[in-house]
Amino acid sequence: MSGLDQLYQQIILDHSKRPHGVGLEAGEETSHQLNTTCGDEVTLALRRDDAGRVVEVGWTGQGCSISQASASMLAALLEEEPTGMADDELTSLIEEFRTVLRSRGTLELDEERFGDAAALGGASRYVARVKCAMLPWVAAEDLVQRHAARG
Amino acid sequence: MASAPLQQTARRLIDPGRPVAADAYAGRVTSAPLTEAELEGIRAQFPILRTEVHGHPLAYLDSAATAQKPQRVLDAERAFYAEANSAVHRGAHTLAAEATERYEAARRTVADHLGASEHEVVFTGNATEGLNLLATAIGHASTGRGAGADFPVHSLGERDEIVVTELEHHANLIPWQELAARTGARLKVVPVDDNGVIDADAAADVITDRTRILAVAHVSNATGRVSPLDALIAPARAAGALIVLDACQSAPHLALRPAELGVDAAVFSAHKVYGPNGIGVLWGRRELLDALPPHLYGGSAITTVTLEKAHFLPAPARFEPGTPRIAQAIGLAEALRFVDEIGLDRIAASEHALAARLHDGLAGMPGIRVLGGPGADGRVALASIDVDGVHAHDAGQVLDDLGIAVRVGHHCAQPLHRRLGLTASLRISAGVHTTPDEIDRALDAVSGIRSFFGVAGSAA
Repeated sequence: MSGLDQLYQQIILDHSKRPHGVGLEAGEETSHQLNTTCGDEVTLALRRDDAGRVVEVGWTGQGCSISQASASMLAALLEEEPTGMADDELTSLIEEFRTVLRSRGTLELDEERFGDAAALGGASRYVARVKCAMLPWVAAEDLVQRHAARG
Repeated sequence: MASAPLQQTARRLIDPGRPVAADAYAGRVTSAPLTEAELEGIRAQFPILRTEVHGHPLAYLDSAATAQKPQRVLDAERAFYAEANSAVHRGAHTLAAEATERYEAARRTVADHLGASEHEVVFTGNATEGLNLLATAIGHASTGRGAGADFPVHSLGERDEIVVTELEHHANLIPWQELAARTGARLKVVPVDDNGVIDADAAADVITDRTRILAVAHVSNATGRVSPLDALIAPARAAGALIVLDACQSAPHLALRPAELGVDAAVFSAHKVYGPNGIGVLWGRRELLDALPPHLYGGSAITTVTLEKAHFLPAPARFEPGTPRIAQAIGLAEALRFVDEIGLDRIAASEHALAARLHDGLAGMPGIRVLGGPGADGRVALASIDVDGVHAHDAGQVLDDLGIAVRVGHHCAQPLHRRLGLTASLRISAGVHTTPDEIDRALDAVSGIRSFFGVAGSAA
């Protein structure tokens, strides 16, 4: 598979064309992230159950297929967790995602842990695209940190 | 300090008898293009063109963002540091004198290149700084500070208007927004049409007798089109306005003689004209520059300083406080010698052929929209495109994978992109070293983008 085919695996193109989790509810807390170099935008919300576990991701955005697929894949990841995720689980997932994305192609994302989002590992070879893939994950991290700050 | 006669010309500084803007380009190219052998000789001078990217020879089609540097420019900067490095305009030792001579010789080279006097050439950090210099100095004049502020030639107030166009680079928009906000002046905009072309007919309505400043790009960095300077400058001149030209995208491609264009100030960046980073040029009519207060304050720009007050040197020293960019100025001078030895008329002829090849190739492609509309006339060899169904960032990745370097994004022209319903585009821009084959490689790559992303065949 060429570098370009690895970056744009079919699953990424599919997510960017038919994204999961699109839509925000009026008044819900969101994090807006903007990539100033290319104008990619994601506005993302984490929805919690009564126990405070994150059970759903909602988002809107515009931009390149990597950034939009990444948001969709993060939403899909939560869809596959019937009981959702605790904040510390989500935080460690985001940190691992960032480590791999910054590895310049030396590390890969574990499909067991990341599901479809594992395909985004190909972006790690393209320094200019790491920020695109990170955008929704940075939004999620921002919301987790705000939640923690409120206690 | 400004001289006494300036007092008599307050608010009507600009000589209404100066020449009207000549349409310096507009596709009328008469010189012979470069031969293949000449082009090979030019390419051999750029070490970076021997680079491979993803297994392909680099096709550098991002000259509008920054130009590559010929070896002689690199050598000129190095030679200064190796042979003559010293502070300029101070110290009496031999090296200091040598450094000063080389720095001022560089200024004369720039002045000759522009058909100007060396008193009219100010070295800045880049074009952005040149535009900010003007806006900041006028802001200072408006508050009654600094040398030229003794003469209220360029003070602005609430009744005054500043005019820009809708396609300006942010660097030729934001300084004027801020100046308007600081002085109470009104910022007005000459619109573009649905293709992103300046609506020259609207200029006469937007520019009124209250217009004090007109700031316009010579060539759009997003569409590559030469602006309709005649239509813009005539009413601005009639209003006695100060006319500021952003020449960043014209300086590398056509002979720039700002005085002949009928403007009062012009800026460009060295790094787009095959010169070094970190230096740019502000050209200004001498009577304008000497009537403006400094934008920054410090040493080297003054005559006498007491603990209470400073007196300032005339231009250009007034606008070059602190230790200047000496090696960069020398590198810029070498870059201008490089283009002048080839001849900007011949560069324009070659690049016009490239522009025609580029725009002809794009014109027939389904799903490709060219910012500024189709056609190569009145244009430098630059095309920004929107690929239907594919984000510019993704489209650019396809070209990068083939070793073709292009710019993706809003090119610091967000208002223009917004007007055209876009957030980003993909820009292909040529330079003196660009070959027809490189343009063909880019066209081939562009034609394959939509099928790669599986959107070919959908409505264009």
